[in-house]
Amino acid sequence: MNIHEYQGKELLRKYGVSVPRGYVAFTPKEAVEAAKELGSAVTVVKAQIHAGGRGNAGGVKIAKSIDEVRTYAKELLGKTLVTHQTGPEGKEIKRLLIEEGCDIKKEYYVGLVLDRATSRITLMASEEGGTEIEEVAEATPEKIFRESIDPVVGLTAFQARRIAFNINIPKEMVNKAVRFMLGLYKMFVEKDCSIAEINPLVTTGDGNVMALDAKLNFDANALYRQKDIMEFRDLDEEDAKEIEASKYDLSYISLDGNIGCMVNGAGLAMATMDIIKHYGGDPANFLDVGGGATAEKVTEAFKIILSDENVKGIFVNIFGGIMKCDIIAEGVVEAAKQVGLKVPLVVRLEGTNVELGKKILNESDLDIVAAGTMADGAQKIVELVG
Amino acid sequence: MSVFIDKNTKVLVQGITGSTALFHTKQMLEYGTQIVAGVTPGKGGNEVEGVPVFNTVEEAVKATGANVSVIYVPAPFAADAILECVDAELDMAICITEHIPVVDMVKVKRYMEGRKTRLVGPNCPGVITPDECKIGIMPGYIHTKGHVGVVSRSGTLTYEAVHQLSEEGIGQSTAVGIGGDPVNGTNFIDALEAFNNDPETEAVIMIGEIGGTAEEEAAEWVKANMTKPVVGFIGGATAPPGKRMGHAGAIISGGKGTAEEKIRVMNECGIAVAETPSVMGETLIKVLKEKGLFDKCKTH
Repeated sequence: MNIHEYQGKELLRKYGVSVPRGYVAFTPKEAVEAAKELGSAVTVVKAQIHAGGRGNAGGVKIAKSIDEVRTYAKELLGKTLVTHQTGPEGKEIKRLLIEEGCDIKKEYYVGLVLDRATSRITLMASEEGGTEIEEVAEATPEKIFRESIDPVVGLTAFQARRIAFNINIPKEMVNKAVRFMLGLYKMFVEKDCSIAEINPLVTTGDGNVMALDAKLNFDANALYRQKDIMEFRDLDEEDAKEIEASKYDLSYISLDGNIGCMVNGAGLAMATMDIIKHYGGDPANFLDVGGGATAEKVTEAFKIILSDENVKGIFVNIFGGIMKCDIIAEGVVEAAKQVGLKVPLVVRLEGTNVELGKKILNESDLDIVAAGTMADGAQKIVELVG
Repeated sequence: MSVFIDKNTKVLVQGITGSTALFHTKQMLEYGTQIVAGVTPGKGGNEVEGVPVFNTVEEAVKATGANVSVIYVPAPFAADAILECVDAELDMAICITEHIPVVDMVKVKRYMEGRKTRLVGPNCPGVITPDECKIGIMPGYIHTKGHVGVVSRSGTLTYEAVHQLSEEGIGQSTAVGIGGDPVNGTNFIDALEAFNNDPETEAVIMIGEIGGTAEEEAAEWVKANMTKPVVGFIGGATAPPGKRMGHAGAIISGGKGTAEEKIRVMNECGIAVAETPSVMGETLIKVLKEKGLFDKCKTH
């Protein structure tokens, strides 16, 4: 789960990580009040959307007066910002972060990520701050330093110090940088982050080490024990169908095509998208109904697929293991009864309780095209959608 | 022979009194798996499906000699269930549970260093040696005994591959689901190494998906060490970057972990990669015929 920059900074502050003073604003009036409260010579007006690349897209403005804050706030709020991460449709700006400007001496990069190869959290840092870390890794890999963290002791002071010296933090600020990194790590593990990137971390003219931006992402599997993080969730930033699906623990992702897919298991769901494309079709979604789905959940899943206006046909591809075929069949029949089925439906069932599942479908009066294999099913739905 | 489990494996079921565990305990018993114990804290002394239930893993092991555990415990408690298996020095813990927080698994992996227990999963379908022992949630009837090893990050794609093989008369030695999480126990290389050392296994299918670099590392290992043919499939060629495709581990981030890159490296290392998921079996059969192994692998 993603959160906004201003929320991330709130959280960092609680862990003793320095961030510039700032307030969130939903209206130009609130922006002006925030700027007055800050009383700084320079005020930064930052668009809050869940996507990177805001600066280059014109979503970050430097205001030298209260009037300029007002002007920029009016300009940005309600505007659709298109960055390299939003896609061409962009995202509407609904919130601003009004922040005091600071006297930046130098920009660095510091990030915590999971290293899958070692199964450990890794601290990564570079003195090439402000640019995408992937670009630094590509162009000058020698400028990226890493520390693998033993979960028993956590990030140690010596590791943080080594990183600080390696990325050439001025020695009088090394202790502050160490405290910064230790706080960041503490937050990462206590709050179940999956990514915590500070880009840039800056040193300032008055001798501070600060997070100028914060990209925090949280482990969806751990949200059950992070109630305060759940409160940061901004539904405006998420796809409506994905929100609906998450209510039923369904793993759903909207795509651009016209063939709705309902599959069990993430691997098979991905492979189903792949095979539809292979036969010239275009999937409208990724949907893994999971292992523990009830007939009710399957019904909801089916309704979510049908709520997508682009959907011109549906392919149900099930290989039952923990998921039983009869549950899927019951859910499909119930959903079709509730919302009506006006598009072609191809069903391929295999695995646990397959005969029972097929019987339920056969005994319903639904117009179902049966498929023997997933290739057969994919070909049939692509043909039917035309 | 087979890898990891066989007819002598004595299984204990952690979380046996839950509804999912109960259903699959019945299925495993019907398949012929030796289930000797169940563990649910507070339910010790009871019996389910004729299997005695204990409060702790240690107690269950002492009383029954169980050497492998299968874990159906809910996600908030599953990491602890794995630790309990490691502490009891079981040979193997197979964790079916999905949605375990990553930070918990990082600690589990650290705790396991230097210990005896092998972990399979989490978020996996389990392990099956056809006609001998089925541990997990896979449908038993699609499997047939034979000489092809299967290792996969995805449960349902494993079933798909096994089903295709069985339909063509190609049996399996063992099928291992390693799970779709970014931090897991047994990885591709561990399973490939076991299959390489297993005299009954003649060839292997490895099924990967987008995210991470485990497939690339496994391909390099195959090139350097494997004496048996390996074919593969990678799911998620059409997945958009930056989106978690169901499995916690299936995400393309920072341009890394794409299907295209994995397939390229696998091909370079001599692994034939099936173009679609419905020709995994076909691709393997073609390779078996080229290597003169088809007749040996045609079991029925």
